[in-house]
Amino acid sequence: MKVSKKDVENVAVLSRLKIADDKMDKYLEEFNNFLEYVDVLQKVDTENVKPTAHVLPLQNVFREDVIKPSLDREKALANAPEKENGYFKVPRIIE
Amino acid sequence: MEYEAVIGLEIHSELKTKTKIFCGCKTTFGAPQNTHVCPVCLGLPGVLPVINKKVVEFAIKAGIALNCTINKFSKFDRKNYYYPDLPKNFQTSQFDLPIAEHGYVDIEVDGKPKRIRITRVHMEEDAGKLVHSGNTIKDSSSSNVDYNRTGVPLIEIVSEPDMRTPEEARAYMEKVKAILEYIDVSNCKMEEGNLRADVNVSLRAKGTEKLGTKAEMKNLNSFKMVENALTYEIDRQEEVLEDGGHIVQETRTWDDGKGITISMRTKEQAQDYRYMPEPDLVPIVTTDEQIEAIKKTLPELPDARKNRLIKECGLSSYDAGMITNSRAMAEYFDEVVNKGADPKLAANWIMGDLSKQLNAEDKTIEDSPVAAADLAKMIKLIENGTISSKIAKKVFGEMWKTSTDPEIIVKEKGLVQITDTGAIEKIVNEVISSNPKPVADYKNGNAKSIGFLVGQVMKASKGKANPGMVNKLLKEKLTQ
Ligand SMILES: [Zn+2]
Repeated sequence: MKVSKKDVENVAVLSRLKIADDKMDKYLEEFNNFLEYVDVLQKVDTENVKPTAHVLPLQNVFREDVIKPSLDREKALANAPEKENGYFKVPRIIE
Repeated sequence: MEYEAVIGLEIHSELKTKTKIFCGCKTTFGAPQNTHVCPVCLGLPGVLPVINKKVVEFAIKAGIALNCTINKFSKFDRKNYYYPDLPKNFQTSQFDLPIAEHGYVDIEVDGKPKRIRITRVHMEEDAGKLVHSGNTIKDSSSSNVDYNRTGVPLIEIVSEPDMRTPEEARAYMEKVKAILEYIDVSNCKMEEGNLRADVNVSLRAKGTEKLGTKAEMKNLNSFKMVENALTYEIDRQEEVLEDGGHIVQETRTWDDGKGITISMRTKEQAQDYRYMPEPDLVPIVTTDEQIEAIKKTLPELPDARKNRLIKECGLSSYDAGMITNSRAMAEYFDEVVNKGADPKLAANWIMGDLSKQLNAEDKTIEDSPVAAADLAKMIKLIENGTISSKIAKKVFGEMWKTSTDPEIIVKEKGLVQITDTGAIEKIVNEVISSNPKPVADYKNGNAKSIGFLVGQVMKASKGKANPGMVNKLLKEKLTQ
């Protein structure tokens, strides 16, 4: 086992996810499976392979600095769970 | 024990592009909340960001001006970050291949030069603005978010921990600001948050190498705040260490009103940004030719300009430094001198009366009511003896109030210096006959009493008599 229960809990906190108690063992096993697979990949000889920054063979895709219309505020806020005076309203930020 | 502070700065500067870094929304400051937003900068699913060409150009320009090496292969990364001022839960930034690295700027504190190394310059998006329901984030049950600023282009300039005092940190930030102003990539309006610094500081026993635990203070947007927050934080850490305690690595906020730093614990337990390559943006490849072409567009930078003023205008290092610290001030000086004024007098007036008035009325030199051409005229009036320096102060006051041509002020108010020997002699005779005691004192060897007599003559002439001539005439008469 490479990953402990504590590691899974930490990743869950960092990702803002809640893990149900009865799912813990399942995730633990899956996490370990991922990492075992990474071990397999690590064995590949990459001596003469350049690092990949992007999977597409593209570079230098630019936009000119030209203003485009923004969204109407009503539209921008349409999906907000809560709003107030044209603002997105969010719950208390710090504990 | 004697401690030494180790200080590093991360300076964030908004770039003055018309549109945001990855979308066509406007970057103008002060628009009604959430009116400069679109699906890209709101981070809605399925959108595709495309980088603004101007942002890359400005970042390269800044990199060159900060003496960095430009990375010919550069890419963007996602920095995981959970805070509601960014809607995507990550910030698009740069991690291992920033646009520029390994630079430096030279500063001077108390006449001592020092080189501050720059680790890197990278491009990223700015975050939105939070309006808390309470007075502070701590006593707010909710907050409101304005995403207008989200996606405004930033460069982050990261220094090595090369500074040792709050004064050095301030000088460094001032120099970086001056450079960004000169190359015209940022408005550098600190009150609008165009330029702000995250400051980290730790202490170590003087003479040792190992770094102590650091505390960070974020979003300081004035030089004074940087200096005050550091002074406070250094004292605080020293006290903790002296009491046998240890420093906790943390982010603290600077409370400018109370003048203290406060520990700020967010829900984030351990900071773990878990950077990953940004799959929606392709790499940026820059050629030597492009870098050379951008280099050619750079203007004369603050250090070069300072050296020119020392060499060509004979200014002191201090004066030249003060004048070239701001591009607008340096341009004003050049204009005054180009219009024919003596450079040293020009420097004295700009750093003296003009700066004093600007500070008193909280104005910048761009909105000075005294035009450079008029100040040059006034200085020429002093040089050719039309007015004395003392009268010039009056004329300057009038120019400041009314923006009038100094020649007109001098004519209308009758301030032309009296250089007519006969007229001065008349006043001198009057003063001598009505002040027998000081005259006797002088004749009995008290050389100082001539000062009083000169003052009386100047007063009687309403400051218009040529002081040199008054002195000479008085001495002649008193030794007869
Ligand atoms: Zn947008």
